[in-house]
Amino acid sequence: MLSSTAKNLYWMGRYLQRAKSTARLIEATQRMALQSRGEEAAGVAAIFGMEDEFRQSQAQGERLASLIDFLVIDENNPSSIVNSIGAARRNAREERNNITVDVWESLNALWLELSGRLRGDRAALDRGALIESVKKQAVMIFGAAQVTLLRDEANNFLQLGAFIERADNTGRILDVKFHLLRPDGNPSAEGLDYFAWSELLACVGAVRTYRRIYRSSLNPMKVAELMMLRRDVPRSVHHCLWMVDLNMRELADAYGTRGEADRLAGELHARLRYARIDKVFEIGLASFLGELRGDIGTLSDEIGRQFLLD
Amino acid sequence: MAAKVFDEMNSGTDGSVRVPYRGVADWLARTSPERLEATRREVDLFYRRHGITFGAYGAAEGSETTIPFDIIPRVIAYDEWQFLHKGLTQRVRALNAFLSDAYGQREICRAGIIPEEQILMNGEFVAMAQGLQLPGGVHAHIAGIDLVRVGEKDFYVLEDNVRTPSGVSYVLENREVMMRLAPELFAAMSVLPVADYSEELLATLRSVSFSDGHEPNVVLLTPGHYNSAYFEHAFLADEMGIELVKGSDLFVDESRVYMRTPRGPQRVDVIYRRVDDAYLDPLAMRPDSFLGVAGLLGALRAGRVNIVNALGNGVADDKSTYTYVPEMVRFYLGEEPILQNVPTWRCDRADDYKYVLEHLSEIVVKEVHGSGGKGMLVGPTASKAEIEEFAALLKARPDNYIAQPTLALSTCPTFVSRGVAPRHVDLRPFVLSGKKITIVPGGLTRVALKEGSLVVNSSQGGGTKDTWVLAPDQADDR
Repeated sequence: MLSSTAKNLYWMGRYLQRAKSTARLIEATQRMALQSRGEEAAGVAAIFGMEDEFRQSQAQGERLASLIDFLVIDENNPSSIVNSIGAARRNAREERNNITVDVWESLNALWLELSGRLRGDRAALDRGALIESVKKQAVMIFGAAQVTLLRDEANNFLQLGAFIERADNTGRILDVKFHLLRPDGNPSAEGLDYFAWSELLACVGAVRTYRRIYRSSLNPMKVAELMMLRRDVPRSVHHCLWMVDLNMRELADAYGTRGEADRLAGELHARLRYARIDKVFEIGLASFLGELRGDIGTLSDEIGRQFLLD
Repeated sequence: MAAKVFDEMNSGTDGSVRVPYRGVADWLARTSPERLEATRREVDLFYRRHGITFGAYGAAEGSETTIPFDIIPRVIAYDEWQFLHKGLTQRVRALNAFLSDAYGQREICRAGIIPEEQILMNGEFVAMAQGLQLPGGVHAHIAGIDLVRVGEKDFYVLEDNVRTPSGVSYVLENREVMMRLAPELFAAMSVLPVADYSEELLATLRSVSFSDGHEPNVVLLTPGHYNSAYFEHAFLADEMGIELVKGSDLFVDESRVYMRTPRGPQRVDVIYRRVDDAYLDPLAMRPDSFLGVAGLLGALRAGRVNIVNALGNGVADDKSTYTYVPEMVRFYLGEEPILQNVPTWRCDRADDYKYVLEHLSEIVVKEVHGSGGKGMLVGPTASKAEIEEFAALLKARPDNYIAQPTLALSTCPTFVSRGVAPRHVDLRPFVLSGKKITIVPGGLTRVALKEGSLVVNSSQGGGTKDTWVLAPDQADDR
């Protein structure tokens, strides 16, 4: 397999996951905005590290509506859903002969649908339906990959991209939203906005999961634990880094070599696996997550270096 | 030239159906137009779903179109094919001998048969290829020879394509489609298979590696998915199980070529390139090329990698060199040419030029380096204004043109909107040269779908047909 193939599959996984996370986040944010304060828009932009771009591009007024357009259809935002799906499709198109017809056709169908919707009048565009499609179709595409792709190195790179992106997305959402609700980072302060905390869980689709696991009322520390440390929650940072480590081990077995990326993947996995939530809050959630996200970024760079993707 | 058009199905003695077409004629008689129409729609769907598309350079994404496929096969009898096979083998052997000579001692020039400037002044001549000793002396590993038929026994070579001929993926896909759509027809006629092309191609590529001692690593170099033939590149790489690479996937270190893989650099021994000469190596050819590999020609000259087809093959297949091919056969092989050239006037010769100018409305004029049916004048169907316009071009640069009589290309029954009607066809067999010469039976039949049209190029509204060479037992009852 060529390095360029590995690279295309890695980024296809990342972009597709990014579109999916963004779609889910916007849905949760919309619901949250309906029942709470107005600072949601800037907060969400912060999740993408794009407060400045957002402030520059948007005048006052309909902040939330323009934020949604910024995240969904803005051509100048490289991470908008439409641009992410377009990028994932370009990656896939170059690797038509390395992915299955099912994966290609489901991704291409989503792209065709989005292009069709965007061709019409922007004002009349049903954003809700578009977001819903992206959420549903992305699940179908990953599902098609799950059941049809050969379990070889190509699949490892697709998985690596998807799980690194997802670990990063969950980390960002938790960081920004937690500190919007608790600016001082104290999980046990008095008073709890039930709706706000349940929408935070909804960003990773884990409201019911929370109830099943803890069988108790919402508690900020447990919310943070679920999103970061629970290995059995598929969107938790721990679960994603476990999967990253697993895929790195498979590649190391196949290639018979190991490098810095392998070490870092193992270290990150261990860090999340053996962390305790009370200790995390002793250090401070913000600094724990900040360092973690920095290391995930470094891991992505090291993967690029080790497998000649750059 | 035969004045009357030869129809491959209906021009039997006293107007009866020719023997090789009996099966097809029966099938057409049995099958209702509605059924044919339904089959045609199925074909279109199949081609789109599988992404077998043809997109012109620069076209917007999503503008891919499929080349129309005609569901009525073109049939060639076994003895006809044997004749063509012999002729093609001979012609390609001569072309390879010529290319070795053109980049070697140029004996044919010393013998006074071809003027040296015909080679050295040719825009396609690549000085860097001078003196190269290629494995097996083969330069044209994959040749597409365009043939036309004008009578029961009259075949002509229209042109030789020895640079990067394309179209073979259609030969393979058309057969797949036909087997799916008309199994009853295959049951009634015994057709020689074509599916082993990829295997023969891979064997040919492996046989021309410089390296002996280790398994050669073969890759297919494509300009990328904006190229109109990208589907074919991906298809062939897939069929052969080799890597489809772009220039950026390869690099040269100490005159060896490597491809970048997650395991680390891997040696490359043979490159089946579908990138034109000028773009292969920015250090040696066009410096603005992003499609090639820096240092590739150095690796070639060092004998560390072979490039297929060889560089500079354009000196053998332009339309003015074409006129010398029968002489090449006599000079290098000491044989009489089996396949005939179309009589050709070369406008760089005063007498020919004068004749061409006076007869523009009757003949076909082509650019020496033209391809794809562009830059040509079809006199009999051109308007007065078009002829005058072309005459001006011709006067400005006579040496840039050749002319040929208008050939009455044979016709084959073809399914068109009004039903089944005769349409003009040509044939491009693909000749593989490595340690031995291999030709998969048949080739690509292109058909001009417009009534009366003689232009079969896909960029000009041409379509394709599956080409059937019948197994020998059927030829016996002829």
